[in-house]
Amino acid sequence: MTSLRIYVVRRILLAIPTILILLTIVFVVMRVAGDPVSAILGGHAPAEQIERIKEQLGLNKPLYVQYLEYLWQLFHGDLGRSMIWGRRPVLVEILEHFPATLELSISAFIVSIFIGIITGVHSARNYNKPTDHMLRLYGIVTYALFIPWIGLILQLIFGVYLGWLPTSGRIDTLMEPKHITGLYVLDSILTLNIPSLISAIRHLILPSITLGIYLSGIYTRLTRSNMLEILRKDFITAAKARGLPEDTIIYKHALKNAFIPILTMMGLQFALLLAGAVLTETTFSWPGMGTFLAERIFYRDYTTVQGTIVFFALLVVSVSLIIDILYAYIDPRIRY
Amino acid sequence: MGESILEVKGLKVYYYTREGVVRAVDNVDFFMEKGETVGLVGESGSGKSTLGFSILKLIPPPGKIVDGKIIFDGIDLTELDEKEMREIRGKRISMVFQDPMTSLNPLMKIGDHLVETIMTHEEVTREEAEERALALLRDVGIMPDRFHDYPHQFSGGMRQRVMIALALALNPDIVIADEPTSALDVIVQFQILDLMERLKKQYNVGMIFISHDISVVAEISDKIALMYAGQIVEYANAIPFFEEHLHPYAELLLQSVPNIELSDQKLKYIPGLPPDLLHPPSGCRFHPRCPYAESICKEKDPPLLEINTGHFVKCFRYK
Repeated sequence: MTSLRIYVVRRILLAIPTILILLTIVFVVMRVAGDPVSAILGGHAPAEQIERIKEQLGLNKPLYVQYLEYLWQLFHGDLGRSMIWGRRPVLVEILEHFPATLELSISAFIVSIFIGIITGVHSARNYNKPTDHMLRLYGIVTYALFIPWIGLILQLIFGVYLGWLPTSGRIDTLMEPKHITGLYVLDSILTLNIPSLISAIRHLILPSITLGIYLSGIYTRLTRSNMLEILRKDFITAAKARGLPEDTIIYKHALKNAFIPILTMMGLQFALLLAGAVLTETTFSWPGMGTFLAERIFYRDYTTVQGTIVFFALLVVSVSLIIDILYAYIDPRIRY
Repeated sequence: MGESILEVKGLKVYYYTREGVVRAVDNVDFFMEKGETVGLVGESGSGKSTLGFSILKLIPPPGKIVDGKIIFDGIDLTELDEKEMREIRGKRISMVFQDPMTSLNPLMKIGDHLVETIMTHEEVTREEAEERALALLRDVGIMPDRFHDYPHQFSGGMRQRVMIALALALNPDIVIADEPTSALDVIVQFQILDLMERLKKQYNVGMIFISHDISVVAEISDKIALMYAGQIVEYANAIPFFEEHLHPYAELLLQSVPNIELSDQKLKYIPGLPPDLLHPPSGCRFHPRCPYAESICKEKDPPLLEINTGHFVKCFRYK
């Protein structure tokens, strides 16, 4: 086996205890956070009804049995059933809303990386010049902005005054492409549905820029500081002494070396991306996980909330796993 | 002797720091001929590395070439812009660095360093570049199967071999070697010196060999340029330099080299400290440490004069 493959297998095995700890924390927190029975029945239900519901939900069993059953269910991909609205399986509900969030997150992520890296590299290249000072300011200001505020400003300018772009929803009514992945842009491309594609992209622009700007500042600052550090290294001087073109040195030699901390940040930012997506979704009436979760918390739908948290947690773990594998791919020194 | 390839005239390189102006290279003249090796010797901080980097115009900020000319093969390098300098760097003048551990891109395969350099300067296909890279690696004593290895899989000596291969990749006229053996242990030092001497002949390149270690320089140089406090104080062929050195600094410096054949010998040293280049001494910069100093040395800066043919010295004792 190659060293890269050994590394990947080892890293996957290490993710198992992480997931177990995560699931345990979710289990404990959900037991502490309140009584689902009174949430369903209200405060003054008769005792036998409370017992019936407890039995239905399995809450009358000893805690360790509940814990093992919970793990056993998760292991089989079962996140339980919603406590309201026809008791639909939680996983089905999540999968209905997740594509919208995923689509928004991916495009916001691309926007933030793109803006962040370009501004960061530009800032480092113009070290201590006016451009650098402006971009550093950008890096700090965006981080302090409030997502709904950015969203409202963009909606006002591009939606209301200029009338160029829609300010809410994912797509124009009756334009939904045939459901394949649930990502409207991807589905429109797959079905060669041009009008849907245009509509989906137009709806995606403002929310992704809102979330993208918010997340980009940290990449600006991180890229700048790492680029400055790398540009001082001997191998950069050595590359210059070999007469390599400046763009080759900046992008091929320096940026690639500066990329590992940026990649780490992408992993760390992923949780923030999901949280930011919740705020962006409510600002733009985007029918994703954020809107869904906010609604279910309001109705105290414990099983759905628990299932959603588990889902998010597993997602964050998988992303950090992927990031770790990417490190090894980029930097050969990590494989050993 | 042969034709001149490099001529440095009145070169001044200053660092504009917060504390003031550091005159790292101050009015330096020297020349070298095609294929010869000039050993540039001096203490740490004497400006020898700055001189080396300024020839490629790679002085790190806040350093600047303030005055003077660097005439390489008839072209004044100080007049060239970045784009024109890139055509010179690596192709006509190349460099070997002090620390081989940090001079290679850690994320790039050894072979790709060479291929990239060759393809930057010459219109060749990747296959041709790879073939030439393999030949270069063979010349510096690296097995072809290590072509796809990364720098961290190489020892310091092996990395320096790679740096030498990179410096020779385009058959330059001059290689500037900035303390190429200082970061290596003694055995490896000699292997690298041997290699450089052999390749210098094979590729017929001129070399500026920068070192603080006069015994290393003695091994390899045709000419010696002795630097003190940003100035060249003596410049001569190697044999006359070691046998009939003229400058008091050269005399004291050579006396301070320990001789392995004499036992019971106390280490000699030059009294005093190298001058602070922010506030260099008046007149001759060596006068505070010079046993022969007279009143004129404090007042006037002596010129660099040719005393015997090809033997230059900057001292009032020789007129």
